[in-house]
Amino acid sequence: MNNKLIAAIIVIIIGLIAIGAYTVNGGFQEKQILRVSTTTSLEDTGLLDTLETAFEKEHSNIDVQFISAGTGIAIKYAEKGDADMVIVHDKKKEKEFIDQGYGTKRYPFAYNYFYIVGPKNDPANIKGMNNATQVFEKIIQAGQINSSVKFASRGDSSGTNSRELKIWNNTGANYNSSINGSSWYIETGKGMGDTLTIANEKSAYTLSDSGTYLAFKGNITLVPYLTTGKDLLNVYSAIAVNPDKINGVNYNASMEFVDFLLSTEGQQLIGNYGKEKYGQTLFTPLYGKSEPS
Amino acid sequence: MNEIFNGILQAINLILTLNPEVVEITTRTLFISLSATFIGAIISIPIGGLINFKKFRGKRSLINLIQTLYSLPTVLVGLFVFLLLSQSGIFGDLRLLFTPTGMIIGQIILIMPILIGFTITALKSVGNDIIDLSISMGASEFQAIYTIMREAKYAIMAAVILGFGRAISEVGVAIMIGGNIRGFTRVITTTISLETSKGNLEISIALGIILLGIALIINLLLNQIQEH
Repeated sequence: MNNKLIAAIIVIIIGLIAIGAYTVNGGFQEKQILRVSTTTSLEDTGLLDTLETAFEKEHSNIDVQFISAGTGIAIKYAEKGDADMVIVHDKKKEKEFIDQGYGTKRYPFAYNYFYIVGPKNDPANIKGMNNATQVFEKIIQAGQINSSVKFASRGDSSGTNSRELKIWNNTGANYNSSINGSSWYIETGKGMGDTLTIANEKSAYTLSDSGTYLAFKGNITLVPYLTTGKDLLNVYSAIAVNPDKINGVNYNASMEFVDFLLSTEGQQLIGNYGKEKYGQTLFTPLYGKSEPS
Repeated sequence: MNEIFNGILQAINLILTLNPEVVEITTRTLFISLSATFIGAIISIPIGGLINFKKFRGKRSLINLIQTLYSLPTVLVGLFVFLLLSQSGIFGDLRLLFTPTGMIIGQIILIMPILIGFTITALKSVGNDIIDLSISMGASEFQAIYTIMREAKYAIMAAVILGFGRAISEVGVAIMIGGNIRGFTRVITTTISLETSKGNLEISIALGIILLGIALIINLLLNQIQEH
């Protein structure tokens, strides 16, 4: 092994770095980048990939990049100006975002429903109930007396977690004394897929978005108990970051993407999405109507 | 156990068919971690040499601090660099967040303690008496130091190999600085993390096998330099 070979290897490595630097800058082509921070549950359905492809076909000068990390940090990224827009499903946090001036306007574009799922043998006896708040009340009661009744929570400030907390709130029970820390309440601190897996292992009930549940259905034995109703309504909205408050965000590209989401083409793509992968569609587009209440 | 076996089969499949997405992720992984290791080494080895050969107040404390930083969690480094590179941070105008370049910077910062610390260890074991011997034979201080570093080359290369290992296997920095953006900042480790959380265990195992395969090849190359 002589010096020439060492030199050759070093040259190759420098070459690799140089090629990498070239390709990293997109071969020096001028494309503006649109950063959309969003939730993991939405990204995992695959809908965003479909929308990205269709949008970039008509807007070849924009490179859409999705950063999916959970509603909590998705909003944080936008507040810090690291994302140009957010697509999330937590109305309360969205309203705060706008009230604090970070966002200009909230554009709801589609909805579906959360699912309450649980073990087949239904130890809490919630089958047939049609009100999510009542189901949660039953689970609290059953959990206190029946040790085989469990509930798995994501505990991660996600949109799904926020909804779960809201329903517990609706029951009137005190979250910190009757629920949090109880032996029947399992806080996983993880994403929806991992939480479903844990709920499956522990035969626990849980609240899931429809997409993730359908994706995992084949691998778990949990079944859906309630899949509609006002308490489970799940509305997805897009908000562009306010350029007057945050420097350096690409507001124009954000609004072009919002327009695309609300356009007939975008709404149809959203409404038809899911048949191939899940056997059913996942989202109901709003088609310009206001969200159901 | 089924998953492991199927994972191995999938790895072979992905490699033989040159699956485009896997090729893309792998190339990016190599680019980022090799760059970080190379640049990190160029910066860190001289610093290690300086710390080792110079006498100064607080030298032992500094070395202690460097060794403590071996235990830095990757996600903490990721968070720290994220705050620096964020639009709202000091270096926000450089627009390096969520880019591969930002990830390289993050990984450099991550592996510098290891590169500096192990260089110091490597040089120390060569011994100060050799400096004295070289100087007594007519070498300048600079030539003496150069001689020592050549003596310690094996151990210093070991530090570089370790630094590369830490860079290519970490997730915390890659996910916080890169954002795991499909087609732009996704690397092998962040893909394994994502696919696992989606329940796709076999592809995760397949990617892990591919990562180890690459590490093996790079290490063979680095080993050639080491053995000389």
